[in-house]
Amino acid sequence: MGKVRKGVEVSIAMADAVAQADVDVIAAYPITPQTHIVEHLADIVANGELDAEFVPVDSEHSAMSVCCGSAAVGARTFTSTSSQGLALMSEIFFISAAMRLPIVMALANRSLSSPLSIWNDHGDVMMVRDAGWIHVFVENGQESYDNVFCAFRMAEDPNVMLPVAVNLDGFILTHMIEPVEYEDDELIRQYLPEFKMKHALHPDKPVSMGCFGMPEIYTETQMHREDGVTNSYPHILKAWEEWGKLTGRYYHPIETYRADDAEYCIVTMGSYGETAMEVVDALREEGEKVGVVKIRLWRPFPFDEFRRAVLGKKSLIVIDRALSFGGPGGPVALELRSALYKKEGAPTIVNYIAGLAGRDVSRKDFRHIILEGKEKAASGDTEGFTLYGLRG
Amino acid sequence: MAKPMEQITWQELEIGAVVTEVGSARQYHTGSWRSERPVVNKDQCIKCGVCWLFCPDISIVRAAEGHFEADLTYCKGCGICAKECPVGCITMVGEEE
Amino acid sequence: MDRFSVFSARLVDKSENFTSGHRACQGCAEALAVRLVMKALGRDTIVAMSTGCMEIISSPLPLTSWKVPWIHNAFENSAAVISGCESGMKAMMRKGKLPAKKINFVGMGGDGATADIGMGALSGALERGHDMIYVCYDNEAYMNTGIQRSSSTPFGASTTTSPAGKASMGQHTRKKNMAQIAVAHNIPYVATACSSFPFDLMEKVKRASETPGAAYVHILSVCPTGWRIQPHDAIKYGRLAVDACVFPLYEVVNGKYSLTYRPQRIIPVKEYLGGQGRFRHLTEKQVEQIQAFVDTDYQKIVKLSDEV
Repeated sequence: MGKVRKGVEVSIAMADAVAQADVDVIAAYPITPQTHIVEHLADIVANGELDAEFVPVDSEHSAMSVCCGSAAVGARTFTSTSSQGLALMSEIFFISAAMRLPIVMALANRSLSSPLSIWNDHGDVMMVRDAGWIHVFVENGQESYDNVFCAFRMAEDPNVMLPVAVNLDGFILTHMIEPVEYEDDELIRQYLPEFKMKHALHPDKPVSMGCFGMPEIYTETQMHREDGVTNSYPHILKAWEEWGKLTGRYYHPIETYRADDAEYCIVTMGSYGETAMEVVDALREEGEKVGVVKIRLWRPFPFDEFRRAVLGKKSLIVIDRALSFGGPGGPVALELRSALYKKEGAPTIVNYIAGLAGRDVSRKDFRHIILEGKEKAASGDTEGFTLYGLRG
Repeated sequence: MAKPMEQITWQELEIGAVVTEVGSARQYHTGSWRSERPVVNKDQCIKCGVCWLFCPDISIVRAAEGHFEADLTYCKGCGICAKECPVGCITMVGEEE
Repeated sequence: MDRFSVFSARLVDKSENFTSGHRACQGCAEALAVRLVMKALGRDTIVAMSTGCMEIISSPLPLTSWKVPWIHNAFENSAAVISGCESGMKAMMRKGKLPAKKINFVGMGGDGATADIGMGALSGALERGHDMIYVCYDNEAYMNTGIQRSSSTPFGASTTTSPAGKASMGQHTRKKNMAQIAVAHNIPYVATACSSFPFDLMEKVKRASETPGAAYVHILSVCPTGWRIQPHDAIKYGRLAVDACVFPLYEVVNGKYSLTYRPQRIIPVKEYLGGQGRFRHLTEKQVEQIQAFVDTDYQKIVKLSDEV
């Protein structure tokens, strides 16, 4: 494929990226709203455009298990899921990270049951927050396409060797037709050379993987994991930096918009970033000193970059897309409050939980959240959270 | 030679806690579990290898003279060899004896 | 005893791919089964193993009893994991990323991992037709966690979750027939085996490895601890199970059944059950009922095996 710009559904663009990445194995089970990604990959393989094994598994649990087996022999491996699928595979999701298997997943974020809902929020990804995967959030078609390559580059870096989830909002992003600039195959080959794994399963150099840990050694294995995730950070930055040099499109763990002189900022993760920027533009016209802080890298969490972006501001209005039942607020707000605890110049945090299961959050709603949040912050009403748009 | 598990630091672990020294379990000597040990009557032994084949602990070895005997480093003393020997040339003897 | 086979023991390959230093109980016929399976398969093998006795006893970090590439991932997914290994290698060899080589891809699990929790993953892998072998080591209960009943526990056995008591005869359900469930997937090779018949076992595993496509081998693995017998009797009880036709040895090649061993004298089930602590509580009447089940089941296999 040559360099070309086209209007394409985001799911299709992602699948095309997976094919350009010359993936060896795709194992997935159908679940809305991930389906278009894997359907298109099945087509690509069936048409002979990608030489890969498409493994149509019996469940998401088996999908991640097949991915573990495939990655363990050193094959470039891709999967995609959502919501209940992620919940079902969660056992193996944790194991894949512990075994340091560089699987890439498109995680089409969707709410968790019950009640059953196929629409978008971040309930699914928050469930596996602590699994030890790298989590990247994207907010448009181009970012989705680009970050497939970046994800493989990060995952397969010998200094990283971790699975990477590219989180994209279900329907809001997966089913959107957007302009996407496709890169030339040659550029992709340059950016993403053939993967050679240090300890792949092979009879020529046998190893044992997944041995069990007695109490005498389990703690050490967990520190090894912690170190692996934390120290993946500079290599993640490098993967994005190299991509930027080749394509002119740069990505950062924390991205800001009109935030430099802002007194307060709205904090988003995922596709809400685009709407937030439009609303901030309008509010700026009205003289509000408001900006946007977008979290692109959720794990490992970019503490320093985040603090650099927000210390000195009056307050942050954090929009969460999931609930932590019985907890102190949405998972993102909780993380940010902790990141700012006892830091000089720390802004206060007002937490809104909005857009659960795809309930529309319009520009009008954003405007309302920002202005109301500003007032709440000014009046010191910064405890807990507000479930936005709740009836009753 | 792998270090004992209680001495390994986290920095010494391979990525993914992979074990690269295959067959390293031989460092662990299961012979200490034994309360009885098999004693082979060499003259009676017909060198058929049945004891070797049925040993779950891979602890029967062939001696230079051709007969089979237990490697007491690993033999747990289950007594299968004595029971299965077609000529009955293996006797289980208490370790305290 | 199968005397003819026994006397060729010396001719068996001396190399071991599953080493001593493993921590199985005394007289573990399941560890023996693993050893024999690995003899039959040889070095060019990748094993994916389910959580369970054989995983725990063979891989306490940083030690391993395995000499071939081995992976343990979870309890219920060794069939899926090995199908992933096979898919990955197949793709990489086809694309020239790896030199072509014949490798045995082998999933392994106990009866709980196979017949209960991993049934879906196994069924999926068999149905997809990967070039793989799945070996079930059936010791008829969850021995690793302390002898709890599985769907592979035989009728009448007392376990810690199907205990015999005043109001219960112990396990009151019939043993799930995994081999025939495997046959129902229309895979090219299915066999039953027992480590008390080592040559029959190794031949079947070899045949499974030579068969392109998915193969399933179900191995009765006597567990002295769980069956409450003496460790030195482990081989004997496997032989009794086969001679009583409780566990017939057969293979199914492309759907065609054939018994690979017909006892010269079929012994009463009573001789097999007697002496096992797990069956000690059974009444004469219950033993008769078990005999009737065994007779019926065995005749079915004989009939299938005699079909031309």
